[in-house]
Amino acid sequence: MIHTIAFLLVAILGIGLFVWQIRKITRNINLGRDKDISGNVSERINAVLLVAFGQQKMFKRPWPAFLHLFVYVGFLVINIEVLEIFIDGIFGTHRAFGVLGPAYDVLMAVNEVLGALVVVACIIFLVRRNVTKVPRLTRGPEMRAWPKMDANVILVTEIVLMFALFAFNIADQKIAQLNSTELPGTFPVTASMVNLFGSDLSSLALIAGIGWWVHIIGILAFMNYLPSSKHFHIIMAFPNVYYTKLEPKGQFSNVESITHEIKAMLDPSYVVPPAPEGAQPQKFGAQDVEDLSWKQLMDSYTCTECGRCTSVCPANLTGKLLSPRKIVMDTRDRMEEKGESPLIFSPAHYKEESERVKATEERTLLRGYVTPEELWACTTCNACVESCPVNIDQLSTIMDMRRYLVLEESAAPAALNTMFNNIENNGAPWAFSPSDRFNWANDLYTVSKN
Amino acid sequence: MADLAARGETPEVLFWVGCAGSFDDRYKRVTRDFVRILDHVGISYAVLGMEETCTGDPAKRAGNEFLFQMQAMTNIATLDGYGIKTIVTACPHCFNTIKNEYPALGGNYEVIHHSTFLQNLINEGKVKVQGGGAFKGKRITFHDSCYLGRANNIYEAPREVLAALDADLVEMKRSRANGLCCGAGGAQMWKEPEPGSKDINVERAEEAIGTGATIIASACPFCMTMMSDGVKSQNKEDSVQVFDIAELIAQAEGLNG
Ligand code: SF4
Ligand code: SF4
Repeated sequence: MIHTIAFLLVAILGIGLFVWQIRKITRNINLGRDKDISGNVSERINAVLLVAFGQQKMFKRPWPAFLHLFVYVGFLVINIEVLEIFIDGIFGTHRAFGVLGPAYDVLMAVNEVLGALVVVACIIFLVRRNVTKVPRLTRGPEMRAWPKMDANVILVTEIVLMFALFAFNIADQKIAQLNSTELPGTFPVTASMVNLFGSDLSSLALIAGIGWWVHIIGILAFMNYLPSSKHFHIIMAFPNVYYTKLEPKGQFSNVESITHEIKAMLDPSYVVPPAPEGAQPQKFGAQDVEDLSWKQLMDSYTCTECGRCTSVCPANLTGKLLSPRKIVMDTRDRMEEKGESPLIFSPAHYKEESERVKATEERTLLRGYVTPEELWACTTCNACVESCPVNIDQLSTIMDMRRYLVLEESAAPAALNTMFNNIENNGAPWAFSPSDRFNWANDLYTVSKN
Repeated sequence: MADLAARGETPEVLFWVGCAGSFDDRYKRVTRDFVRILDHVGISYAVLGMEETCTGDPAKRAGNEFLFQMQAMTNIATLDGYGIKTIVTACPHCFNTIKNEYPALGGNYEVIHHSTFLQNLINEGKVKVQGGGAFKGKRITFHDSCYLGRANNIYEAPREVLAALDADLVEMKRSRANGLCCGAGGAQMWKEPEPGSKDINVERAEEAIGTGATIIASACPFCMTMMSDGVKSQNKEDSVQVFDIAELIAQAEGLNG
């Protein structure tokens, strides 16, 4: 009885806290502009199956992809066990799913094997981050103390959770052995370790109890840590991939308000459709998070901080300041500064400034976090978008800030202003006379065509 | 085009030459070679000549949406005025902009990049490259344009065109969807790069030269400029040449003699 009450209290607290945090995050995402992303349901579901469930884009780099796959499948399967823990916790049963018989044997076996693989993968991941220091995971102005610690916290937690599971299984098997009772399930990893904790029944019961509690409290704590962490991607990847941009990557968004303006300019009889009730006049482009769309804000909550985008960015590869990962992480920081922070996270974690990126004191995303120098280094090559395992559109955010610089501040680099003038005056980005446009044909066959 | 329209004729395709194809001395050669191929296969085509103006792509990528839309609407009015349905262009940037971004502004056309166009001509047997000739056994590497490749998923068409040359095609390590940008996109063509440790085109040219190819094939005017400059920076311009796929086909067909 006490066990049940204690469990219910812990569970309700854990889940309640999580819901409270999710609501904050929903409000933060809704700071963004409206954008209608709907239709093509089957294409979207397909993307979710391939990219989110199927991890398709991870396999561009097979070695980390396999390790990540263990952790991911381990996470999915272990969730079934979490369900059992809940049932046991509430009804005071013991291994409630044991009634499934052989299916339970398989489930437990798969669970343990995956658990072991998760431990192996997490250890390798820790080594990659802390010993061999894989550049994309450790370098760059955005990889400050918090993101680095965040990754390690998660990996260590996962290892601890797996060990708690193993401890529970070992003690449980030994207890059953001593009592000569039948324990449902098979345990390929721990079966040979049953004597590890000795054969004192009361201490075994204690170990089993601790293992069980650490596992469930650990999971609830982990769940509540997610919204502060890059690990939130395990939830956000699914909706974010669902709302993927389906148009060709080269198609940049159209600014409709400008279309109306130009149509009205060219044709005085053109009637600009009235703005919806209570709509604020919008800035051109994005200066701050509320000028981005909700999808772009959702992108930033989905980022795994894996650095794949930055590691293929031609600007970053050649030493420019631009890092698409930083743009995404900055968006999240700024959103949480402007909106609400989840439980642990506070943008103050980010306040250590790197030497090269000198943001100003302006409290906006543009300039306060992202400098124009970063934005102007982008070649719009889409390599970042292509590489992102969770279909984030880094480029759209870069472009929206460029638009703000040009359209609201006229702050384009001088050479680009010259290019604009050329297009305006000569119809070409270079200073050539439009009357020379056809000269290429002059010596085609020494007689001109058409 | 105006002349054709005056005679009441509509061409099969409109060849959108683009600013680089009209003004850039190096790319004018590509324009001429492409036109020679069009003449060779007897397709009826027209160009807008002096009525063509910038698609607005560089303005849009630089963030100047206003200027972009002005350009786009001017061009759409011209194209619609002549009842144009099909457009072919040798510039991936013009291709991407007209194909993907003009529809939202009321311009709907079938737009074909010259790589796909040439691929079709070869598949239909209209262009028969005889046994490769000049290129047999030459080592050629293809540099993907971002606006053809990742932006529009066209990876195979230019490669199939090159395959017709019967040459020794080699791939760079970063190719197709993983191709590295030449550094010109996003209006970088018109400005100095931001401070960094290296120029992007140098990085890419090194990679291309590293394949041992003597010809770098491209299908974009800006890639051509960037790759040529990159090759020069490595003092390799005597041993490694940059050609557009249309030039290679024209050469193989003996059209540009
Ligand atoms: S689109 Fe811009 S940010 Fe993304 S990889 Fe290319 S240059 Fe880098
Ligand atoms: S934006 Fe995508 S590729 Fe870049 S760090 Fe985040 S998850 Fe990785």
